[in-house]
Amino acid sequence: MLTKRIIPCLDVKDGRVVKGVGFVNLRDAGDPVEIARRYDDAGADELCFLDITASHENRGTLLGIVSRTAEQVFMPLTVGGGIRTLEDVRQLLNAGADKVSINTAAVNNPDFVTDAARRFGSQCIVVAIDAKRVGSRHADHAGEPVRWELFTHGGRIPAGDDAIDWARRVEEKGAGEILLTSMDQDGVRNGYDLPLTRAVSEAVSIPVIASGGAGTLMHLYEALGTGKADAVLVASMFHDRTYSVGEAKIYLKDRGLPVRIVHDHDT
Amino acid sequence: MIAILDCELGNLRSVQQGFETVGHHAVVTRDLRMIDRATHVVLPGVGAFGECVNNLHRFGLVDPIQRTIAQGKPFLGICLGLQVLFSESEEFGVHRGLDIFPGTVKRFPPGAGPSLKIPHMGWNTIRVKQPMPLFRGIASEAHVYFVHSYYVEPAEADAICTETPYGFPFVSSVAKDKVFACQFHPEKSQKVGLHLLKNFGDWS
Repeated sequence: MLTKRIIPCLDVKDGRVVKGVGFVNLRDAGDPVEIARRYDDAGADELCFLDITASHENRGTLLGIVSRTAEQVFMPLTVGGGIRTLEDVRQLLNAGADKVSINTAAVNNPDFVTDAARRFGSQCIVVAIDAKRVGSRHADHAGEPVRWELFTHGGRIPAGDDAIDWARRVEEKGAGEILLTSMDQDGVRNGYDLPLTRAVSEAVSIPVIASGGAGTLMHLYEALGTGKADAVLVASMFHDRTYSVGEAKIYLKDRGLPVRIVHDHDT
Repeated sequence: MIAILDCELGNLRSVQQGFETVGHHAVVTRDLRMIDRATHVVLPGVGAFGECVNNLHRFGLVDPIQRTIAQGKPFLGICLGLQVLFSESEEFGVHRGLDIFPGTVKRFPPGAGPSLKIPHMGWNTIRVKQPMPLFRGIASEAHVYFVHSYYVEPAEADAICTETPYGFPFVSSVAKDKVFACQFHPEKSQKVGLHLLKNFGDWS
């Protein structure tokens, strides 16, 4: 059966992998191509590069990393960050990306999602949604409806839209997948935003990748189980080698979730 | 030499790199002399069915594909390169395919099972229904990578090579003579996929 995907995410800045909390306080975490190879060997299901340089001057650096990675790593690669035009999409796909993740450009012009999906196919157009909880974290217990607001520009600028409505809208516009990041949970390692993940997963019929908050293996299980996500994005927990991809898969399998365990006897 | 047909759809370099990694020389081309000289021919592709068929006609690749197959030269179709070998597709209206395999290409029905997302995206298993050299050394139930919203329904059951469960067992690869075509992406399926590419290059 279709398995749940574990996707290590590399935040790339000026050609290096970095990690910070809430997109600030960045520290160096290594060479992207070398880390990609390590995750390939470890049996990761996909890889994701998010370019947080967000300047077009450094596009060449990113394209170089993507193309060197695609030469060595035979698994799906998603690349996001600063994608604004169809030409940006084309260049990344030609360099060897399988999917591109679009955030701010989609919010600014939702038809960009449609244009990109028509030209390159929905399967390679991921829309990244950065959402922040409105009101108290426990507002749901007080009987108040919980809402999540959509943010752009790496989580700095509120877009004014409701994140769940936006998820439905990008599906209509032709997105093939949603990369859902909780701005509240990102980098804090105390679990994914499960109500948000579940609300989006149930609102759309395209796959949803949960992102932001992984600190323990239990968090992955919760996002894929309770949160109904199709995949989880994991960064620091793997980069710091707190856990390996293999350990995560065995943990999830033992708890009844379908995962792909890479066996030597498969080939 | 393996000729990878360039119809300007999808990530051809990954396929080429995959072959090179397992020691098979492969070139991306739509030059007719190169295709004729090739020992093996590959048609990869992602995107929309209609556009793919149009591009094949526009680039004059339909005849070379049919000739390659008629000559009994090993031919590999990947993803959309599988679907266009069928008679017709219902993607965005009805489109005619190359009709190498009688049958149709259909969209996964919404709600084929509880919470089945479309596209079918990720790693799923292949159950081998028809043993063939391409699966030599690959375990039945091995995981491979899929990303698609449409699937093929061959008219002839003996064309079915593997099945994959997604709400129901859909046909994830077909074979006939020296043609093998798969819905999944060997070039994205790590060791299992590379092994299949190696077996294809060794197929004669």
